[in-house]
Amino acid sequence: MNDTTPSQSGTDTPVIRIRDLVFRRGRRTILDGISLDIRRGTIVAFMGPSGVGKTTILRLISGQLQPDEGTVEVNGQSVSSMSNRELQRFRRNIGVLLQDGALFTDLTVFENIATPVREHTDLPEPLVRRLVMSKLNAVGLGGIEQLMPHELSGGMARRVAFARAVVLDPIIMMYDEPMTGLDPIAVSTIRTLMRDTNDALGLTSLVVTHNVAQTGQLADYCYIISQGRIAGEGSPAELGASDEPSVDQFMNGKVEGPIPFHYSPPDKPWNLLD
Amino acid sequence: MAETNSIASRITGPVTQAGQCLLFLFRMLAGVRFTGSQILSVLQQTYLIGARSLVIIMICGFFVGMVLSLQSINALEQFGAADQVSLLVGKSLYRELGPVLTALLFAGRAGTSITAEIGLMKATNQIEAMELMAIDPVQRIALPRFAAGVISVPLLTALFNAMAILGSVVFSIGVMDLDAGIFWSKLQTSVYFGKDLMHGVWKSVVFGGTVSLVAVYFGYSSKPTGAGVGTATTNTVVLSSVLILIFDFIMTSFLT
Repeated sequence: MNDTTPSQSGTDTPVIRIRDLVFRRGRRTILDGISLDIRRGTIVAFMGPSGVGKTTILRLISGQLQPDEGTVEVNGQSVSSMSNRELQRFRRNIGVLLQDGALFTDLTVFENIATPVREHTDLPEPLVRRLVMSKLNAVGLGGIEQLMPHELSGGMARRVAFARAVVLDPIIMMYDEPMTGLDPIAVSTIRTLMRDTNDALGLTSLVVTHNVAQTGQLADYCYIISQGRIAGEGSPAELGASDEPSVDQFMNGKVEGPIPFHYSPPDKPWNLLD
Repeated sequence: MAETNSIASRITGPVTQAGQCLLFLFRMLAGVRFTGSQILSVLQQTYLIGARSLVIIMICGFFVGMVLSLQSINALEQFGAADQVSLLVGKSLYRELGPVLTALLFAGRAGTSITAEIGLMKATNQIEAMELMAIDPVQRIALPRFAAGVISVPLLTALFNAMAILGSVVFSIGVMDLDAGIFWSKLQTSVYFGKDLMHGVWKSVVFGGTVSLVAVYFGYSSKPTGAGVGTATTNTVVLSSVLILIFDFIMTSFLT
């Protein structure tokens, strides 16, 4: 990956700017010199095989992890040099939808969505109620506010988690495998919600996914991560037509190719399977 | 070399964990704000934790009172002093058995459930979701449960003691036909508020804090897997039980 700005269809200057990012776990290098720019208003997908560090990129952007080398800047602010207080303030502008929704199991649907509002605003209770109900209605789930999370289907839980993630009108949305384990109707519903919300609110959305077909219908720009580096980037159509071996292997689900099937521990100088 | 490292880690491991546990306690205490929502949250947890342990505490208290009376009467009868049973039961209950047994039962009933609950929240990414919402999970999850433990154990100890006295009354007066007047007057004149009752209250506050700190810490630091939560739950019972007995000896040495 070179340092030039990728051509995304968003507007203005990059909202997220990553330069020479290196992240290691012990002696294993997860990300090895990644640089990229993400423009405001775009939906950007990070794709690649399991364990290549896609979610790690989201965690570095949200400040949950610190890079070993390189910088992560959001709106011109370096995330890695933020104090705890600054990090808390910064995270109020980020909405995150985790893989299984991560709803608070001891709270009702209403309380789940109201939690960030009550925590970060001084809105009176009638306004909190109106805000929560408007978000629930926006995801098509008005009337379930008193249900507990265990009473919801997977798709409903994901939509409630979506409503919770956008309740404070974030500027960046992060989705970690948002469509995994859902039926086709729920997948389409979530995908539509993601697209509509991104466009209506002018958000910037980052999506970690394996799903090549769904990404093609959702993302404006994609990065394929492999072996700690960006193996390919471009619009879904460009990546689909790419003849770069790693991109071709991933996009077409080929077993043979440069992306290895077998895991090689970093501290083993030899590998019996080689 | 590997053996040396293993021995060293066996020594430094528990010390490191004790230090982390104390830092966790300071992190919780630093977040005490006495706001309406925090107080409400503590009251909710006190109700939940207290209600979870109520039945077991009452049943155990009643039978401990009965068995204590049975053993005491058998021993005292040899000296013709069976009517002193309420003195023995009262002193041993208020000073030792009430706080210790209540805390041990609390560790088994509520402590494990706190650890498992927090561990499962971690395994299902609820803690991570909270951090990403800029909500401190230590303040939101751990602090109310810790405070609820500190409040609940003295209350449960009082209930345990009351049920044990009731058990003693049923056995001593109802079964062994001892004189009710002597039983109550001995209890009233020999068991002192400051020396005996408060002795137990201080202990139960410390035990409640110990059990709930261990429970929230192990839950929060558990590995986010089924096995990790199981191990953390077992560790909560083992460590808090051992600590209760150690602290009991230390406190008895200083308070007596």
